[in-house]
Amino acid sequence: MVKLTIDSKVVEVPEGTTILEAAKSAQIKIPTLCHHPDLPPTAACGICIVKVGNRMVRSCCTPVAEGMEVITRDPDIIEARRTVLKLTLSKHPNECLTCLKNDTCELRKLSADFGIRDTEFANITPSKEEMPLDDSTKSIVLDPRKCILCGRCVEVCQNVQNVWALSMLKRGISTHISPAADNKLGDSPCIKCGQCTAHCPTGALTERDDTQYVWSLLQDPEKYCVVQIAPAVRVAIGEAFGYKPGEITTGKIYAALRRLGFDAVFDTNFGADVTIMEEGSEFIERFVNGKGALPLITSCCPAWVDYMEKYFSDMIPHFSSCKSPHEIVGALAKTYYADKVNIPTEKMRVISIMPCTAKKFEILRSEEMFSSGFQDVDVSLTTRELARMIKQAGIDFVNLPEEEADSPLGAYTGAGTVFGFSGGVMEAALRTVHAIVTGKEMPEDALEVKPILGLDKGIKEMTMDLAGKEVRIAVAHGIGHVQALLEKVREAEQKGEEPPYHFIEVMACQGGCVGGGGQPLGVTDEIRKARMEGLMKDDRGSKQRCSHLNPDVKKLYDEFLGKPLSERSHHLLHTSYQKRELYKK
Amino acid sequence: MADDKVKIQEDTRKMLVKWKTKRGSLIMALHEIQGAFGYVPWDSMEVVAEELKIPMAQIYSVLTFYNHFKLTAPGKVVISICDGTACHIKGGQSVIEAFEKELGVPAGTTTEDGLFYIQIVRCLGCCGLAPVVVVNGKTYGRVTPLDAPKIVAEWRETMAKEGA
Ligand code: SF4
Ligand code: SF4
Ligand code: SF4
Ligand code: FES
Ligand code: FES
Repeated sequence: MVKLTIDSKVVEVPEGTTILEAAKSAQIKIPTLCHHPDLPPTAACGICIVKVGNRMVRSCCTPVAEGMEVITRDPDIIEARRTVLKLTLSKHPNECLTCLKNDTCELRKLSADFGIRDTEFANITPSKEEMPLDDSTKSIVLDPRKCILCGRCVEVCQNVQNVWALSMLKRGISTHISPAADNKLGDSPCIKCGQCTAHCPTGALTERDDTQYVWSLLQDPEKYCVVQIAPAVRVAIGEAFGYKPGEITTGKIYAALRRLGFDAVFDTNFGADVTIMEEGSEFIERFVNGKGALPLITSCCPAWVDYMEKYFSDMIPHFSSCKSPHEIVGALAKTYYADKVNIPTEKMRVISIMPCTAKKFEILRSEEMFSSGFQDVDVSLTTRELARMIKQAGIDFVNLPEEEADSPLGAYTGAGTVFGFSGGVMEAALRTVHAIVTGKEMPEDALEVKPILGLDKGIKEMTMDLAGKEVRIAVAHGIGHVQALLEKVREAEQKGEEPPYHFIEVMACQGGCVGGGGQPLGVTDEIRKARMEGLMKDDRGSKQRCSHLNPDVKKLYDEFLGKPLSERSHHLLHTSYQKRELYKK
Repeated sequence: MADDKVKIQEDTRKMLVKWKTKRGSLIMALHEIQGAFGYVPWDSMEVVAEELKIPMAQIYSVLTFYNHFKLTAPGKVVISICDGTACHIKGGQSVIEAFEKELGVPAGTTTEDGLFYIQIVRCLGCCGLAPVVVVNGKTYGRVTPLDAPKIVAEWRETMAKEGA
């Protein structure tokens, strides 16, 4: 432990702690702009300066030392911080009123806290013509005029996600954020995970806003609008209405969706149960019956699929051909359900509410996303966009009575809900695979597969006994961890050795979808964990905790699909993959 | 164009052999590539990314950070003037100066209109014709300083016809 004083308060913290963190533990909040708790410091902005003796240092990257005397606030420091802010504002457009991130923007908040009114520096922000928007992906929008060059997006895209789509190009006054060769994001390695939008302090990187289009669908009497919510949405959207992270608000979300005017309210968790039936059967085919490549790798995360197609296309034979849960619900809504309620499919629109920006791109990624004969999912909104729609509509979310989802695509088991966090898809699959292979349900106390849950490690490994055979399992979250894992698989393959694993789950975002790029902003590991625990609670409280025990799933197979991996399942619920180039140029 | 790409990538791969085993050699490798092509072509960067296992985003950041690196091809008409031993002895230097004077830019640069680029090369392998100038693949032998304006005019006309 190291002892120091901060503003004359004695503080004791572990060695290696930064002054910023040490101050926080003493209830002193030093302002920051480029710092983010998920990321190593870039120390780019200079607003976090403090005095150590007579020296000004950046507190976000300066470790504490024994006997240090830190001052976090005096007239010099305040003046220096105000200057940093004013200079930043001089290159920033005054567009807060219409900015998509105005409610959460860290620059706007600091400007308010510091009471910046007039500034002596002329505003030299380039015009929209000089510096155009990049909206070339269906998922995220980069507005370089609002960029303050903090470097967080570059850090998260390069070093956390290992995608290397964004970089800082040029220097001095010409410095800007862009893919290599000033390619558009849509022509770059970008996998649309949206982690840059979740880490950008300003409105420079945001989700693509599709709410206006959804309003127009809802107001069109000719359209029959079906909606579904992903697992991770239910434990996060509450944050936009004052709930603590992780509180389950499923019933209120259903109610709010009905009030917004949706005609049928379904749940992606039902689709997750169907995914498990299909993917679990795929695993059994490969592992037990020896048909197909091992390891089997999960494919429900579209950002991960995009990464694999770009960086590891030799892994295509290992990929589960199963579509992601919301695509499954989309395809079933426009066939099975449309028939049941006798709604012409051309009038039906399916809207997904997802924690994810990549799902916006997924809905158009290949012709298999049109398996119903129409686009299976028409729009994918992020959790953040739904929260805005609820606010716009004047719905008092907190006081809404809870409602139920509609049948037949709304009922879910605990296995469906755990899809929302890292390890959950594997856990859900193992529950069903075990039951099918051994003919016995897993005992209650074995349902939670502890070694693959949690956030502490990027790669989680375990082995499990399946009817006397050892299954080797790996789970990765945060796409940056995947490379090492896949290289192991590749190497064994090249040497003709036993595969190191039989079953691998990957989710592109840290913690899985609970930490998705479309979730309420300000996420930290603490929040990811709280959301994950919320979903675990939802699982424990479910009547059924295994996908194959979902009565509506059984009915779906009896009435419509036949059995898992049937011809109809293949047509509606499965997809294929192809190698993609990193750059179009 | 496709042939160009293959050639550029082959040449780049050869150049990278010696840099592959050395850590932190990106800048030196890029420097050598620029020396060979007059700029760092995208096609070369692809090979650098692959061989040195460095993401394109990082290569491009480095390239745009230093003003030294050029990312676009020098002029459309590349005038390669030989200054190999044979050509040098036969007055290659005065030919270089004549072209520089005619175009108003020093060797190694592109004219303001982006049309001409002068580069000095070593032996072009046809010393019998020294001094030698090659313009976009067309070889001129026994060139004198007085030929410089004629060659430039000829290519101006050719490019005008092609609508460049
Ligand atoms: S969406 Fe993901 S991959 Fe694309 S630029 Fe942002 S962080 Fe990088
Ligand atoms: S785009 Fe956002 S995160 Fe990236 S450098 Fe600019 S302000 Fe920072
Ligand atoms: S982990 Fe979830 S939120 Fe993140 S990209 Fe994948 S599917 Fe989307
Ligand atoms: S927060 Fe420390 S330099 Fe930006
Ligand atoms: S020295 Fe000029 S062609 Fe050989």
